[in-house]
Amino acid sequence: MLPELEEEQQRIRIARRIALEFKDGDVVNLGIGIPTLVSDYIPEGIRVVFQTENGVVGAGPKPVTDDWRFIGAGGRCLSLQPGSALVSSEISFGLIRGGHIDHTVLGALQVDKDGNLASWWIPGKLVPGMGGSMDLVTGVKSVIVATSHTDKNGNPKIVSTCDFPLTGVGVVSLVVTEYAVFRFLKRRLVLCETAPQVEMKDIKKYTGAEFDVSDSLSLMKGCENE
Amino acid sequence: MAKCRIKPILSAEEAVKNINNGATIMVGGFNYGGIPYSLVQALVDSGVRNLTLISNDTAYEDVGHGLLIKNGQVKKIIASHIGLNKATQRLYNDQKIELELVPQGTFVERIRAGGFGLGGFLTPTGVGTEAQKGKQLLAVNGKEYILELPLTADVALIRAHKADRYGNLIYFGTNRNFNPTMATAGKLVIAEVDAVMEVGSIDPNDVVTPGILIDYLVLKGDSYYAART
Repeated sequence: MLPELEEEQQRIRIARRIALEFKDGDVVNLGIGIPTLVSDYIPEGIRVVFQTENGVVGAGPKPVTDDWRFIGAGGRCLSLQPGSALVSSEISFGLIRGGHIDHTVLGALQVDKDGNLASWWIPGKLVPGMGGSMDLVTGVKSVIVATSHTDKNGNPKIVSTCDFPLTGVGVVSLVVTEYAVFRFLKRRLVLCETAPQVEMKDIKKYTGAEFDVSDSLSLMKGCENE
Repeated sequence: MAKCRIKPILSAEEAVKNINNGATIMVGGFNYGGIPYSLVQALVDSGVRNLTLISNDTAYEDVGHGLLIKNGQVKKIIASHIGLNKATQRLYNDQKIELELVPQGTFVERIRAGGFGLGGFLTPTGVGTEAQKGKQLLAVNGKEYILELPLTADVALIRAHKADRYGNLIYFGTNRNFNPTMATAGKLVIAEVDAVMEVGSIDPNDVVTPGILIDYLVLKGDSYYAART
């Protein structure tokens, strides 16, 4: 069995690990849910420029006093960092599609062994729509998926082939779950890091796709002091 | 025909009399931000029906243009995201509303194409997904693109910060979003603003939407959502 974790612990572990991917000066777009948490864990000395789909380049944390003239894509108030820019949607998506954003962090319904992502539609049940996600996975240089390892019913979210409609084809660079970190290297899914007390047989059991194991497999970064 | 130079300042109720049953309308806004709240409330109150609504999202069930959906005044939605509005989800699942979902970058660019005289554009977004269904694919320099077609509307309802009497507009905060683009793509364009000022009081360097695009100005009302944005 994989070690049991509280939901909050899962979310923190994923967000904290993803925050370690950024370099000083990177421009980053965060999706809703766990991805939003990532901004709380940026290491000291790393300055990241957060971009929001609705037109902020240089978004800061939730302000002390809400001003609804400044919101993020999730509809919560935000502050502006010194030196930020406010742009229209056509420029915001020009930045996204045009390759001017370094990383996007998105949630997932499923990711498959070919780097396909499904995140916007559960046929017959729920159609929230793709929003900006299809443009993000198309234009942003690195697509990071933040997801629990399995869904509520214990089914793997990393699968051989996505069943749900795709957001993008072969677009994912990195998948971070509460138990493992996988990278897509030369179009192959590679296990690179595992969390404390996680055994290989369990990772295999709860991952629905075949994967390679990195020669330099290591402890999941950020978990050193757990 | 050229639009009036000095823009009439109408009440929201008068302004939406320009929208008839069956009209195609664009409504600015992203989530809570930049919605012309007073105009869409007046449209709700007018009872106009069979609308085609072009807006990024359908707000919330009881907020902004979300009320148009809940009231059954909309027959078709063109949007990128409807997840915030339970009424939209319900009507769609019951097959009582037509829905065209468009990736958000494609959505705004289709409006831009409509307003800027383009026959369409090529985007890599959505290649290999449901978003390419029924559309033409074109390869340019070995890369595949979807041919996306323009969107225009009978009336665009937009939200800006301030106007001068010529209709020149400036925007504020994240209320800008789709508004400047939609201002180019409606046959008739109505702008809801916080204030209308004398000609000359906005620096031409700051103008985002030139007044020649605007037909009518409406002053923002004092409802909860209008007031806080």
